Amino acid sequence: MPTSWNRLPQVRHARLIDWRDRDAALPVSATPVLAWGNGRSRGDVCLNDGGTLLLTGGMDRLIAFDRVSGVLECETGLTLGDALRFCMPQGWMLPVVPGTQFVTVGGAIANDVHGRNHHHAGNFGRHVLSIELARSTGERVRVGPDREPELFAATVGGLGLTGLMTHVRLQLVPVSNAFLLTENVAFRHLDEFWELDARLGSHWPYTVARIDGLARGSRLGRGVFLAGRHAPPQPAGVRLPLWRDASRSVPLDLPSWMLNRYSVRALNSMYRWVAGRRGRRLQHYQTALFPLDRVQDWNRLYGRSGFFSYQCVLPHASARDGIRTLLRRTAASGQGSFLATLKTFGELPSPGMLSFPRPGVTLALDFLNHGSRTQRLLSDLDDVVAGAGGALYPAKDARMSVTMFRRGFPQWERFAGFVDPAFSSTFWRRINP
Amino acid sequence: MSTAPRRIAIFGATSRIATEAARLWLARGVNLVLIARNAERLRMLDDDLVLRGGGLAEVNVVTADLGEPEALPALWTSLIERFPDLDAVLIAHGTLPNQRRCEADPEVMLEAMRVNALSAMALLTAIANDFEARGSGTIGVIGSVAGDRGRRNRYVYGAAKGMLALFLQGLRTRLHEKGVRVITIKPALVTTPMTQDFDRQGPLWSRPERVARGIVRAFGGRGNVVYLPWFWRPVTWAIHLIPEGIFKRLALAR
Repeated sequence: MPTSWNRLPQVRHARLIDWRDRDAALPVSATPVLAWGNGRSRGDVCLNDGGTLLLTGGMDRLIAFDRVSGVLECETGLTLGDALRFCMPQGWMLPVVPGTQFVTVGGAIANDVHGRNHHHAGNFGRHVLSIELARSTGERVRVGPDREPELFAATVGGLGLTGLMTHVRLQLVPVSNAFLLTENVAFRHLDEFWELDARLGSHWPYTVARIDGLARGSRLGRGVFLAGRHAPPQPAGVRLPLWRDASRSVPLDLPSWMLNRYSVRALNSMYRWVAGRRGRRLQHYQTALFPLDRVQDWNRLYGRSGFFSYQCVLPHASARDGIRTLLRRTAASGQGSFLATLKTFGELPSPGMLSFPRPGVTLALDFLNHGSRTQRLLSDLDDVVAGAGGALYPAKDARMSVTMFRRGFPQWERFAGFVDPAFSSTFWRRINP
Repeated sequence: MSTAPRRIAIFGATSRIATEAARLWLARGVNLVLIARNAERLRMLDDDLVLRGGGLAEVNVVTADLGEPEALPALWTSLIERFPDLDAVLIAHGTLPNQRRCEADPEVMLEAMRVNALSAMALLTAIANDFEARGSGTIGVIGSVAGDRGRRNRYVYGAAKGMLALFLQGLRTRLHEKGVRVITIKPALVTTPMTQDFDRQGPLWSRPERVARGIVRAFGGRGNVVYLPWFWRPVTWAIHLIPEGIFKRLALAR
């Protein structure tokens, strides 16, 4: 039963089709079609209520890999984790990874995801060499930065609406080993974050900060700054730390009262205390880049009623004031999320018409679903984001308003011209009433 | 007896579960011989496995129609001649027949029996003789919990899988003293293309990767009848205990 990661909204689909053949013709469907990869987006971009979902998890084959140039050709249902397990031992790495390796290649392109190295490498779509697209007209189009660039720009970040992406070619980057050199620095408030970010951002390709969303007053925005870079080749005789997959899963849905301001406050303090003490060290990419993946099914911690993710980007000019206000309102509401994420985007342009990353600062929060109380808080936050000239991330949205979307994505009308008429999603219908 | 195979033949290799199992075996250095009907799909899987294996193990593919029981002993002979070191077999092919059409048309019903039971049994007869003569080998066959009890909406498929389970039971006893292992694998509700028209909701459904892990584990273990996931063993056992007079009235029996 396909859902989104935050379990909101809960919808029913008319038909589910396991889609495994990249060459097969699209199904004849009376209802709108959408591809569903692994359901890791947090909202309704991957849902299609009353429509048809093509489940692409079984369309996950590798097609070709050039060990010299680092070009990987694969089907779009492949998860980034599987791709990494394949290329990492051969000295190649995906140029951009989000906070989880459980997303599919198709999902990463459709949402044009970004990672901790955005200020260094830009977003995922920048490294896509070509995409094979099956359109409902029956035609197959290969699009890329240099071929059908308009349709390519619509497809990257195009939320799966321009047709079914069947297989793609990606440019990987060389690495010496599977490890990152990381450094954690605790900071006491937002001003210290800005200072650290300016100082460390320029020479660490991976940076992100985890913020205690409940801290107030003089501690507002306290947290831990995480910096990393790929480890250099290790001299002979140096043994890299052993790594084994020690992931645990959450066996059942926790009752929602267990995540309250006291337990979250305790968890945040504990995280800051533990993570803030770690200095420089070598970490396997799995632990360095995907810490949350080690807790499988962590969405169950939020219980059956699900949660709202909220990720915005504010332009540099208004970022400092805007982030402060957002954190203040969140903390004051007492609905503060476990570990907010703060990150400065770089200047590298996004290829997609609807790509979310842009120069500025991004803040990501998660809120347990308390119904209208949470909705009110999020509307409050919307006012701040809109006032600051910012935008919300469709991949993590289940509720943004039409105006909010149109303001944040001024190319939406141009994009709409490229949408395949047979494709749609719950998100797309919500945003185009 | 409980070591990983050196070279395994997988019949119906392009199915979702068999594909995942093939990837797991490959990562353990097991050489693969993949047999399936659709040449194009087989070629795609071949490319995928050769890349993933990175030379760690050999991958060979053979295109053959597994729905023709009469042709399968000859197919096996050609396989064992080409790959004399084959020491394990996974039989994974099968279809989910349309029950209503099976009820309406005996031809359709017979075809369902051929694809889901007779073809595997023809193949097993040939394999068993070779492994028996050699005195070693492991044979795994994917059955189904549907074969444990006949139900209103699935009894043709269930009868085929049930026939297969009985056949394997006898074969296991025959080959046991010759050092050949026979594993009956019984998955239940798995999210594969075969079940896409079901209402796949709830905690009883499992992903093909999980079932594949169970299969690979079973080949390295000592079990005879393996339910995947494990909790289906007590569930089917409990269902088995319900007297027929009551069972036929239950929604469960549908």
